Amino acid sequence: MAEKLLELKRVSMAFGGLHVVNELDLHVDEGEIVSVIGPNGAGKTTLFNLITGVYEPTEGDIVFAGRSIKGMDPHKITKLGIARTFQTLRLFLNMTVIENVMAAAFAHTRAGAFRAMLRTPGMRREEGEIRNLAEERLAFFGQRLMGYRWNQPAYSLSYANRRRLEIARATATNPRLLLLDEPAAGMNPTETHEISELIGKLRDEGGYTILVIEHDMLDHGVKISEGSFEYVATDERVVEAYLGTKATATK
Amino acid sequence: MDDFIQYTINALTLGSVYALIALGYSLVYGILKLLNFAHGDVFMVGAYIGFGMLNLLGGATSPVVPVWLLLTIMVATAMAGCAVIGVAIERFAYRPLRDAPRIAPLISALGVSFFLTYSMQLLFGAEQRDYNAFSLDNGVLFLKGFDIGNVRVPLLRIVIISSAFVLMISLWLLVNRTRTGKAMRATSFDREAAAMMGIDIDRVIRFAFVLGSALAGAAGVMFALRAPASVTIGFVAGLKGFTAAVIGGIGSIPGAMVGGLMLGFAESFTQGYVSTRWSDLAVFTILILFMLFLPQSLFGRADISKV
Repeated sequence: MAEKLLELKRVSMAFGGLHVVNELDLHVDEGEIVSVIGPNGAGKTTLFNLITGVYEPTEGDIVFAGRSIKGMDPHKITKLGIARTFQTLRLFLNMTVIENVMAAAFAHTRAGAFRAMLRTPGMRREEGEIRNLAEERLAFFGQRLMGYRWNQPAYSLSYANRRRLEIARATATNPRLLLLDEPAAGMNPTETHEISELIGKLRDEGGYTILVIEHDMLDHGVKISEGSFEYVATDERVVEAYLGTKATATK
Repeated sequence: MDDFIQYTINALTLGSVYALIALGYSLVYGILKLLNFAHGDVFMVGAYIGFGMLNLLGGATSPVVPVWLLLTIMVATAMAGCAVIGVAIERFAYRPLRDAPRIAPLISALGVSFFLTYSMQLLFGAEQRDYNAFSLDNGVLFLKGFDIGNVRVPLLRIVIISSAFVLMISLWLLVNRTRTGKAMRATSFDREAAAMMGIDIDRVIRFAFVLGSALAGAAGVMFALRAPASVTIGFVAGLKGFTAAVIGGIGSIPGAMVGGLMLGFAESFTQGYVSTRWSDLAVFTILILFMLFLPQSLFGRADISKV
């Protein structure tokens, strides 16, 4: 039995009188790829915002790696090992490709701002380490992000590669759990297929546990991964919770 | 020709002081989208801290340390003191309002501005203070220097211009070459996304205030070395720094530098060739012209539309 990496316990989220998430139970085990499906407005992105600390749940608890992360600042949650991508791409378009990834590596480095100004030898070494880490993370994406020069601005990337870069940036925070918000949105079937393979590779070779929102999951669920397909096919909880038919999860 | 050289040197001196102030506006605006109207008053406090150090070290007529060390200490303490004040302002006047509508921190900023002006007036009086820098080491700062044709470039101006440029280049390197700089740029582009990439937003914002206020502190000492200061200098200097930041493209570091120098030239040449009374008019006319005909400003970010 794999360890529970993420667990939501009867989590509710209301904006004023609007109940977006209602007593949701959900867990993601280490090494799993779990898909979240549901129609528009079902609260899928809200779920991600709850897990990453943008919103604090009005009720319930969120436990990550055995520790409650409810009400924690987003950057601290990231440090604990949760990283995400965005449905509507939020790259730092004012920075280069590699700088985007390096900025995310900031989370787990020690250097303070004043040491950074003094450019001590230790600092320079760390700066070099971060660049190496960023290059390594980008290299995971093979030719796709290699074809571009890493020192080009992020806005010069194609749409599909921006999606890939967002995933690369998320992995630079050294996460255990990756939250991917509609990673194939707006992509053509070939690109969607590539992203599906990439997600499998992220788990198998990268060792990440993955929670993915996929709008039309049911169409190409098989391609994403067997694990996720089985999960969705055999476990009614996810479907139920997100289709909003029933509030409480049942086993 | 001699006049022209003289005015150019004046322009560079004034311009680098304005540029240092403008950088503080730009740094904070770039990250918080907040016009920190208390910034000019932080500059004024910097001038007063420099004055305090000068007195502590024996005054201009009988300093207990060599002149170069005296100036270094004055600038360093002003930078440190202003950094502390900047952090305190952010912590108590802006952070509680970070999620409030944008007008709220703006009004808070005006409040802080008045608070600083009048508490300094209460503490040190309303009269003008003079560093009396001419007395330092028999006027070495004003009489020594090098010559361009018939024009003497006094040591003081060389010191001001070169140290301002060193500070600006350091800032540029910090923002573009270090990870702290990357965190700042990431935060300025998308604060929420940056937080979710593990960047401590509070720390980045605090650091922007440290840097901006420290530069204002240095500018305050530089300003007071060449002209008497009072508790009200922050208002006009702040407005000019703000103007420089706006015409250069607020949020842009090279923009603040170029904007500051442009204002320096406008002011100095108007003073020289037209009349000293017209110089402020020239400065703010430039602001209006920019607003009317080049609202995107010199180094303004082109709007990048979201996909």
